[in-house]
Amino acid sequence: MRGTSVPVESSETMPVASSEDVVRVRQAVRGKAVAAGFSLVDQTKIITAASEIARNTVDYGGGGTLTVETLREGARRGVRLVFVDQGPGIADLDRALSDGYTSGSGLGLGLGGAKRLCNEFAVKTAVGKGTIVTLARWR
Amino acid sequence: MAQTVQTIIPNLIEKHHQSLLDEWQACLKRDGGPSGQTTEAQLTDQSRRFLAELRRGVSGKRFDDLSGREWDSTRSLLDEVAGERAVQGLSPSETAVFVFSLREPLFALLRQELSDVGVLARETWTASLLIDKLGLYAIDSYQKGRESVIRRQQEELLELSTPVIQLWDGVLALPLIGTLDSARTQTVMESLLERIVSSGAEVAIIDITGVPTVDTLVAQHLIKTVSAARLMGADCIISGIRPQIAQTIVHLGLELDVVSKATMADAFALALRRVGKMVTARAQATQGGE
Amino acid sequence: MGEIPILKIGDCLLVSIQVDMHDQMALALQDDLTIRIVQTRARGVMIDISALEIVDSFIGRMLNNIAGMSRVLDAVTVVVGMRPAVAITLVELGLTLTGVRTALNVDKGLALIRRIIDDDAGDLRAGRK
Repeated sequence: MRGTSVPVESSETMPVASSEDVVRVRQAVRGKAVAAGFSLVDQTKIITAASEIARNTVDYGGGGTLTVETLREGARRGVRLVFVDQGPGIADLDRALSDGYTSGSGLGLGLGGAKRLCNEFAVKTAVGKGTIVTLARWR
Repeated sequence: MAQTVQTIIPNLIEKHHQSLLDEWQACLKRDGGPSGQTTEAQLTDQSRRFLAELRRGVSGKRFDDLSGREWDSTRSLLDEVAGERAVQGLSPSETAVFVFSLREPLFALLRQELSDVGVLARETWTASLLIDKLGLYAIDSYQKGRESVIRRQQEELLELSTPVIQLWDGVLALPLIGTLDSARTQTVMESLLERIVSSGAEVAIIDITGVPTVDTLVAQHLIKTVSAARLMGADCIISGIRPQIAQTIVHLGLELDVVSKATMADAFALALRRVGKMVTARAQATQGGE
Repeated sequence: MGEIPILKIGDCLLVSIQVDMHDQMALALQDDLTIRIVQTRARGVMIDISALEIVDSFIGRMLNNIAGMSRVLDAVTVVVGMRPAVAITLVELGLTLTGVRTALNVDKGLALIRRIIDDDAGDLRAGRK
């Protein structure tokens, strides 16, 4: 991850603890994506990825926060999302990342799918220590 | 480690602003002059602004660290200078010469003003390092500029090479020419889906005669495209399957969950049946002809 | 009754999802639909998602659930009006809508339901004719 060396243009933090919050997350990410000049398809991808991770944060992480940032590197603009929760953590990260969806039965964290929708994707987690998911999409 | 030793360079620039600018312009002209579409007036303006920025940046406490805040506007200016030259397709050295040709007049000025050999050596070294860093930054910035030009051209090329054709009411054809990578697949999907919406098509024929090889990745991209079209209510037919492609598909164990045909003609016939149409012969011409 | 209206058109039910749904609404919709399918003996269920800018795995599961329940009740489920950006994203996400047929709009959706019910379909999917 490029991390802190990329200039952050704007930043906004919000709670992600209920299903109403998930709706608000989608609206906030849309706002940032539109401001960064994303095409419609790119907007849809990052908002959908955000929705997936936000749900995980609520359903499995016991609630947490999201920080949405717009980035600018020269002419390139991007949106970065950092989801943080103090939940139980992900026990088998490799499996969670590779699973995607298993015939829509409700299993699987959808991390693999969300990853495919982003340019950058990183998960920091440990059992009992919570989870931090960072994802970013560039124009 | 950051140097916090002061340098007399900012004072020099301030004191001898005009002569330094003139000397620099002379060197620039000698080494290449205003190139491309940058006029002499623009070049002089950019040079004057650069000197002002340089003076400001070097006056800062951590002047040898170009990523610091005091160098923000200098970097912006270099981005502007490099960006212009990148868009015009000039070479990286033509861009770098903008910064590097300042070295000669600056060194000359230092020699003129400083009598102490030790101080002169130190200041010359400082100036040299600074010019190098700024020049390298200009080249990096130029490179990024070129990359974005190339990226934009690639996008335009992609759009040109994925036409979607309406063969009949409700039947679209998408002839793919060239390799199918993930960027191309995105453009293809967008074009196809938009056309499905605007034409209300229920069948899309994807012709791969012009696709040289079909491996696992290409097959994945094809399947993605087919799935996306299906979500929009359109069925797909893949046509243009050459014998070697058919063999490769079986050999690799690829599961193409879609009807495929060898030729576009066969695919079109099937598509017509699917939309409830058929082709019949016209009635024979009566005597007297038409 | 939940907050999402369910309309009856002949022997089909039409649901138009206009808002950004959250969980309780989605669950309520699934319940309501199941009850209505039985009540009206509907043969087709049409879900219009043309107003949805985002379809994530949660909505996807809801659609799959509805399709599953309908099938058990011998009704066909057709999702109509998916936006191109949504289709492209779903495909990238790897979310397959199992047992869900799709059509471009309500008209075509109704026609599709008719065709399937009347067993007249010219199905192009591999394995079928």
